[in-house]
Amino acid sequence: MSVPDTPSSAAALAGGAWGDAVIKFGNSFGAVAGFLAILLLVFFVAGRARGRLARPLAIAVFLGPAVLLLLVGLVVPLLRTVYLSLRNDDGTRFVGGENYGWAFTTESVQEVLVNTLLWLVIAPLAATGLGLVLALLVDRMRGQAVYKSLIFMPMAISLVGASIIFKFVYESRGPGQSQIGLLSQLAVALGWDDPPNWMLSQPLNTFLLMAVMVWVQTGFAMVVLSAAIKAIPDEVTEAARLDGAGGVRLFWYVTVPMIRTTVVVVLTTVMITTLKAFDIVRTMTGGNFGTQVLANEMYSQSFVQFNTGRGGALAVILFLAVLPLVAYNIVQLRKERGVR
Amino acid sequence: MTLNPTVSSRSSRRRLIAVPALLAALALTAACSNSSGGSGDGGGGGGQSLSGDCAKYQPYAGHSGTTVTMFASILSPESDNLEKSWAEFSRCTGIRISYEGSNDFESQLPVRVAGGNTPDFAIIPQPGLLAQMVKSGKVVKPPAGTVANQDRWSPVWKTYGSVNGTFYAAPMSANMKSLVWYSPKSFKAAGYEVPKTWADLMALSERIARAGAAKPWCGGIASGTATGWPATDWLEEVVLGTYGGEVYDQWVGHRVKFSDEKITTAMRTVADWMQNPAWVNGGYGDVKSIATTTFQDAGAPLLTGKCLMLQQASFYKAQWPKDTRIGPDGDIFAFHLPAVNPAIPSPVEGGGEFLTAFASRPEVQAVQNYLSSSEWASSRVRTATGWVSANQGVDKSLYTDPIDRLSADALTDPGATFRFDASDMMPAAVGSGQEWKSLTAWFAEGQSIQKTAADIDAAWPQ
Repeated sequence: MSVPDTPSSAAALAGGAWGDAVIKFGNSFGAVAGFLAILLLVFFVAGRARGRLARPLAIAVFLGPAVLLLLVGLVVPLLRTVYLSLRNDDGTRFVGGENYGWAFTTESVQEVLVNTLLWLVIAPLAATGLGLVLALLVDRMRGQAVYKSLIFMPMAISLVGASIIFKFVYESRGPGQSQIGLLSQLAVALGWDDPPNWMLSQPLNTFLLMAVMVWVQTGFAMVVLSAAIKAIPDEVTEAARLDGAGGVRLFWYVTVPMIRTTVVVVLTTVMITTLKAFDIVRTMTGGNFGTQVLANEMYSQSFVQFNTGRGGALAVILFLAVLPLVAYNIVQLRKERGVR
Repeated sequence: MTLNPTVSSRSSRRRLIAVPALLAALALTAACSNSSGGSGDGGGGGGQSLSGDCAKYQPYAGHSGTTVTMFASILSPESDNLEKSWAEFSRCTGIRISYEGSNDFESQLPVRVAGGNTPDFAIIPQPGLLAQMVKSGKVVKPPAGTVANQDRWSPVWKTYGSVNGTFYAAPMSANMKSLVWYSPKSFKAAGYEVPKTWADLMALSERIARAGAAKPWCGGIASGTATGWPATDWLEEVVLGTYGGEVYDQWVGHRVKFSDEKITTAMRTVADWMQNPAWVNGGYGDVKSIATTTFQDAGAPLLTGKCLMLQQASFYKAQWPKDTRIGPDGDIFAFHLPAVNPAIPSPVEGGGEFLTAFASRPEVQAVQNYLSSSEWASSRVRTATGWVSANQGVDKSLYTDPIDRLSADALTDPGATFRFDASDMMPAAVGSGQEWKSLTAWFAEGQSIQKTAADIDAAWPQ
């Protein structure tokens, strides 16, 4: 049987791909150029203004785009989400608080809320604590730049990439088969003949998923905390040493209080990342086996099961959970700025 | 280039404005000239008449230099075959088909449609998703040519491309799910025969398990965010093969609930088959390992003889390594899964992909007409194996691959009890939500049949 895969059709395909790339490049280039042109025009007009109009116009020109983007990108979607959360699955009928009632009374969603809470407490504490310890240890080592880069490296990997790496680590085979996952192989090497199927062992699997987040975020915590530790004036540590403080006491009574605000900022930043993290759960278990979290359930309700009402309600709950963290973060940053 | 709005002299300001504008104009001209120059060489100008090899595309001519976009879940290398199959059409008519594949298609399509970034075409594999898209009001009814082409498919397919009795999307491909993959070599070495009835199949499984060298069955239901779908297939096969098409249709429409005795009995049959600790899961572990084994990996132990059978669709052929000999005497082949109840004539559960249009521009309709024709179907079959059409206009001798041939015969057999994948037709909250979730829990956590059925029923939209 002849296959009509002539060189000419292959060439046409390749040409198509090139043409496509050129068009896409041209389009994005044109878009950027057009945007710059409009920006220049606006600046030009604003720059021409004189007299009483000058100041308000300048404010409008510089603040306008930011406010507009904030409205389009945050405020309007937020209002729309709240609106959708009060309506039925395809947004055609008002149902009041039904979706919120569903969220708090359904067994599977309660499990999701508990899991999210666990993530929120454990993952940031572990990442920040580990980061702090590493910052202290690595700061004293020779060639610290190398170690720091290595520890910081996972930060450069996307959460999906990190999840795929850990998926291989947690891979499991039944007894009698050769283990291909690192964790199972380690368990076997340590004399555990029949290690469990890690991803299926509740509640262990939730903590194993958190390990991915900790692995990625520890480097970030370490780098920021290490900078804060280095910023502690030498006189302070010197004085404390003269007073007889050393080791653990120096750490608890001098170092930690001096970097307290930084610790809080790191902790809340990781918390917010954790609340939003659905990629890990989505990649590793798809939310099955009792590992579901709020962000992933929201995505699943809205975009897999097409229930925008329930998805919206979960999004609002998530938003309300993040809000105090963000507010606290801002207050802390303000305080810190006040001190300096 | 630095942009400084506080430059003082007026002339330099003017120059700065002119440069981006000129660049934008240049970029646009470049983009336009390329799109027409790159693909219009075979056709010629406006009211073109095609000759030679291209003559057969005359009905689709007259839209040279246009581009239609297509979005689907088919990824390379599968999509390369698709593009090759319409390369000649594109070259002759000058209509470029810009194809984009995503493995996140099912969730991305609604986002793109709702967001105004709608493709001209989407290849939708689930009637449920098609109904969802029709509901959004963006799907365009097909032109007369496409409707006429549809008559080459058996009437039941037209209903699967329709929503509330209105025909929207023509099927492009069909696949047969009612297959059991096995190793003819291993079967021959051990003296096993391909079973003809469900009772034979169960007896054979028992015999293989007793022999002890291998588990009879392999299985895997993990599939990223779609984890659980192979388990829905097992249940569907058993429901269709036990009760026939009528009960199956009622079940799809929730007139027969999951907690109905008929369906729980079917679940019991599935449990005796794929949750039997002595029968599964060859090469991977216990029954629970089915939940964490991806469907792609599930069949690999067939090649090493750790298990002897795997129930999977015809498209599973793509998962075997390149050098695997597939055929009645080869390393791997497949047989038609027998009916649980011998009174049901040749039950075939299948799937398919439907070409859905979101635009009615003339070039879009030309592509729609072409891709629904038996000429295109034949062209795709000729391009590469692994593609089956239930279009009666395709010459069966074009299928060079025994699995494709087997599937095509079953799919076009007028005596078969053909039904579309049930979970693909149920509402998304069930078909791609709770049923996946609950059947996964059924395998992974040993959850009871009663609770599994009740949970799925509870998720059914009111």
